[in-house]
Amino acid sequence: MSQALPAIAAPDAAASAARRARADWVTHGILILGVALFALPIWLVLVGSTHDAATISRGEVPLLPGAHAIETYAAVWSQGDTRRAQVPVSTMMLNSAVMALLITVGKIVISILSAYAVAFFSFPGRMLCFWAIFVTLMLPVEVRIFPTFQVVSDLGLVNTYTGLIVPLIASATATLLFRQFFLTIPDELVEAAKMDGAGPMRFFRDVVLPLSATNIAALFVILFVYGWNQYLWPLLITTSADVETIVIGIVKMIGAEADTEWNRVMATTVLALLPPVAVVILMQKWFVKGLVETEK
Amino acid sequence: MRRKVIFPGTALPYLLLAPQLAITVVFFFWPAAEAVWFSFLRQDAFGISTQFVGLENFQDLFADPLYLQVVRNTLVFSVSVTAIAMAVALLLAVLADRHIRGREAYRTLLIWPYAVAPAVAAVLYIFLFHPNIGLLGRALNGMGIAWDYRLNGDQAMLVVVLAAAWKQVSYNFLFFLAGLQSIPRSVLEAAAIDGARPVRRFWTVVFPLLSPTTFFLLVINLTYAFFDTFGIIDALTKGGPANATQTLIYRAYIDGRVNLDLGSSSAQSVVLMVAVMILTLVQFRFIERKVHY
Repeated sequence: MSQALPAIAAPDAAASAARRARADWVTHGILILGVALFALPIWLVLVGSTHDAATISRGEVPLLPGAHAIETYAAVWSQGDTRRAQVPVSTMMLNSAVMALLITVGKIVISILSAYAVAFFSFPGRMLCFWAIFVTLMLPVEVRIFPTFQVVSDLGLVNTYTGLIVPLIASATATLLFRQFFLTIPDELVEAAKMDGAGPMRFFRDVVLPLSATNIAALFVILFVYGWNQYLWPLLITTSADVETIVIGIVKMIGAEADTEWNRVMATTVLALLPPVAVVILMQKWFVKGLVETEK
Repeated sequence: MRRKVIFPGTALPYLLLAPQLAITVVFFFWPAAEAVWFSFLRQDAFGISTQFVGLENFQDLFADPLYLQVVRNTLVFSVSVTAIAMAVALLLAVLADRHIRGREAYRTLLIWPYAVAPAVAAVLYIFLFHPNIGLLGRALNGMGIAWDYRLNGDQAMLVVVLAAAWKQVSYNFLFFLAGLQSIPRSVLEAAAIDGARPVRRFWTVVFPLLSPTTFFLLVINLTYAFFDTFGIIDALTKGGPANATQTLIYRAYIDGRVNLDLGSSSAQSVVLMVAVMILTLVQFRFIERKVHY
């Protein structure tokens, strides 16, 4: 802030420049410290996953890479850990990817459709429908653990992808975001489409959908991270290894600490981190925009 | 608010709304209603007979010293997480908002923890604080401090607080940065011309202008600490040692899924619903005010 206006802020230009340089150094120093604090646990895990199990359990806490990277990653990928039921990490990754992608796509599809209905039509019960969707914000899975599990189990959906995914794809946030955006689409566009004889679904496909591309991209990042990182719901709904996700898998690997294969836990942690972190970093621009705008 | 130009027809909008409404009714309203209904019932030990007991489940809940301890844990945990995550984020955002070289890179390097699952953040913290295999845990023991978060309740609370705060900083950072960038330059220039030093300028001009963002984040962080940290606690401490890190959500999970105590778990769900409703309403009041700013 200060350094943008040196000439005004301080009459003495030389002293001001010196102060500015010092402030810049302090800024860099603290920011680098912050970045390092964030990165430290990841570095430990990344390095640890390249050592053998004995090194880690002896408590050597290596800070530089070892020579066992390939064998550790190959082992977890194809067999998981040796101690328990041995779900390979490749299976867990696949389950997580299926869950995350279906939740993401499901949420986007049903939200954009319901927002379109609420924004572009007038029908009895319109506001009631809108509020019904809105209040689900106040009923996260975490507060209705037991009854929701009962409903899913009554429907025979325990240990199925359907039971894992469908209850999570209602989305008040995404609906609100799309509705907010739809209200800004100019009336002239709708008039023009109507004059050209385009029906509502034609207008949706040719105008609304392309205009929503940025919003969809932003929501994709946020919802993919949300889906991949689910923990409580899969813990309730999945008891069989076939549908185990990687986030659940890691915690199960730790289980009874005494015989935990820590190097494999570390390698699995790295693999579990990779997809959501990659999505956030690669789609950073949309992510930042989407995050800050969704919550408003 | 509504659009002036709309399409005719009523069947199509109902059809478009059907999937969302179906899921909302089956998986949100129905279980929520059940939670409320079950909270007035009590089952015998064998789950054979059920009787209506009015508010007894709630009375029992708030007479239970363990539940009161859990309420206390939740407050300590949530307030600490919120305070740490917001203070660190504000400091980093103010610095990253300065016109220095590499600010884009700093931003990228500071936002990725957002993508880390709470349970995975907890696993990362095991490798920092575990007394035998963790970097800091071993160092602390090496310095003669008896460090073992698996035995010491206060240490356990400290570790779950740090893990939960670590994960939330990047979210707060992005919002503070956006808030800082929306402050008009002219206001800052005026303060600078008046001769206010940077630190004074921050507390008298910048911080008050950030207050909508700060209030918003306050509610969001409390909500996060209340409801989204189940994975952190489950992976790090399982609520232990001696229930020292059990929070309301964790208790509801234990009673509902492990102890299969229908009445108590449902009463706890109702308590949580009230909490989340209050937080959401407060959040929307603040946002409304922000819009009218």
